[in-house]
Amino acid sequence: MIARLAGAVLGAGVSLCVHGVFAQQQSAGAPDTMQERMQACAPCHGKDGAGTSSDYFPRIAGQPAGYLYEQLVGFHNDQRHYAPMNYLLEFLPESYLRQIANYFASLHPPAPEPLPPTASLQVLGRGKAIAMDGDPAHDIPACTSCHGPGLTGLHPDIPGLLGLRANYISAQLTAVRYRARNPTTSTCMQKILMRMTGQDITAVAAWLGSQRLPADARPLLAGALKLPMACESAGQ
Amino acid sequence: MTSVRFTASVLCLLLAITSYARFARAQQRSASPMQELVAKGEYLAHVGDCVACHTVPGGKLFAGGRAIITPFGTLYSTNITPDLKNGIGNWTPDQFYRVMHDGVMPTGELLYPAMPFQYYTKVTRDDLDAIFAYLMSVPAVALRDKPDELRFPYSIRALVIGWRTLYFTPGVYRPNPTQSAPWNRGAYLVEGPGHCGMCHTPINALGGSSQAEAFQGGLIPEQGWYAPSLTSNREGGLGGWSIKDISDLLRTGTSMRGAVYGPMAEVVYNSLQYLSEPDIEAMAVYLKSLPSRPGAGQAAPPVPAAESSLLTSLGKDVYETYCATCHRSDGKGMPPAYPPLANNQSIEMTSAVNPIRMVLNGGFPPGTAGNLMPYGMPPFAQTLSDDQVAAVVTYIRSAWGNHGTPVTARDANTLRAAPLN
Repeated sequence: MIARLAGAVLGAGVSLCVHGVFAQQQSAGAPDTMQERMQACAPCHGKDGAGTSSDYFPRIAGQPAGYLYEQLVGFHNDQRHYAPMNYLLEFLPESYLRQIANYFASLHPPAPEPLPPTASLQVLGRGKAIAMDGDPAHDIPACTSCHGPGLTGLHPDIPGLLGLRANYISAQLTAVRYRARNPTTSTCMQKILMRMTGQDITAVAAWLGSQRLPADARPLLAGALKLPMACESAGQ
Repeated sequence: MTSVRFTASVLCLLLAITSYARFARAQQRSASPMQELVAKGEYLAHVGDCVACHTVPGGKLFAGGRAIITPFGTLYSTNITPDLKNGIGNWTPDQFYRVMHDGVMPTGELLYPAMPFQYYTKVTRDDLDAIFAYLMSVPAVALRDKPDELRFPYSIRALVIGWRTLYFTPGVYRPNPTQSAPWNRGAYLVEGPGHCGMCHTPINALGGSSQAEAFQGGLIPEQGWYAPSLTSNREGGLGGWSIKDISDLLRTGTSMRGAVYGPMAEVVYNSLQYLSEPDIEAMAVYLKSLPSRPGAGQAAPPVPAAESSLLTSLGKDVYETYCATCHRSDGKGMPPAYPPLANNQSIEMTSAVNPIRMVLNGGFPPGTAGNLMPYGMPPFAQTLSDDQVAAVVTYIRSAWGNHGTPVTARDANTLRAAPLN
């Protein structure tokens, strides 16, 4: 009994110490949460990473953590180039980048409404065909074959394609095609994009950008799909 | 039962303590003099921040190749790994000493002063030998140096003779016997390996700096950041700071008085966070003792009173909308997460470059052992117009008793083009 009491006192003492030190390290006013720490992301990526009406800043919430981490490390190491992101992440340790990736991967806020498509029905039709069925004549697999039948991505590092804007998607696809995006990302996508024309990219981006994010947009679990091609990914 | 458990945990604890002590003793015993020298060299290489220039982000340690952009053209840092062909594997300790102490390569070539040998000359022979031993211990990388791209006439290396005559005095740091041991240690670290003056002492059109202006602050060429004076209370002067606040800022990147940003975030991330507490405190003691001088630099051109009051009233609106959530309406912030803006020299100093850039680019303080998960500030470049940026910076420079001068939309616009890395 005395021992238990002593243990409890000791425990309380330890937790007080830990708490006291922690409170000193942190501020009196700022909440000690990831949400608070990630305020810097909200103006571009939306509250909780939900995305905004802007064409160029992507929704990041709910993406697979491995994918987000690869992008964060790419920006941190200056492998993926976008000066404002390189600047923000240059002096953050990889342990924190991992926490940031896990944090945004765990969030599933509703997405902003898709913008009305500006592309013609014919272009949207071509885009849908590539996304759902691919183009076997040109050896282009369907987006769904890797990004999941619901296009919401696959753990650990294949991103979801919905809840993003057409201009953002086409800019990223073009950058991957010309190896201007993070070269540590899987080489598969680059190979596939080399088989696609500029019109194909415009079409598939327009169609993806016009789709609404489903209520349950969680990525599939790792191993849930048999992928059509073997990928070399430096991020594994 | 419970007493058994208690006894067991006490025993566990004792066991842990004794085995740690044995482990620590074994460590001490097993470290050879060479290992100790290498460890000392690694520590000093952190103090000197060699990695900042001699490693490309995400690249191999000390393999060089990083572009150093100067007003005279672009230099590329060199490979300082022990690779025999591309690095410094063939050098002797004497040759390394000559490079660091005199700025002369083993080939007889003169170093450009982008390599801060004017500061490294103050480092002792023992310390330089340790750094050399450490550099010899890292993996060799077979990466050839890139040729420099300097404009004529700066491409003529012999011109460095002129620069050396004007601005270079070789000589190891000499302790000041009237000062304490920590003060002297701090002075050695700041003036020698730490090469703080490289940014915090103004440089002239010839890339030189004079001792008379030491630590008076200045615009860092090609980076678009202002290195505050370390002597003037109007700027970053540290006379009014406690030793603890200075030490916290240097070691963790944040403090109750302010956080580091821009190029200083790099210095804390790559260098200062690795320093021992006594060394950081010694630096703080020395920095705090630097004599206070009147505000450096010229006053900004006056902005007409009517325009200035318009700026301030618009600025207050912008502040309340975008800034007050974190920095509070009274400007006191929520330190150390969100620095105070009231009575913050970084905001008030003569040059408004830094506060304008903070608003435009936002940023995180460096993630350090003492602050692993820093709080961030969003970039507002895409949210706020030039007028709004000018207004809010004018407001924070004059509200709550701050004494800064107004800034114009043109100032804000110019800095949108400043390089981000």
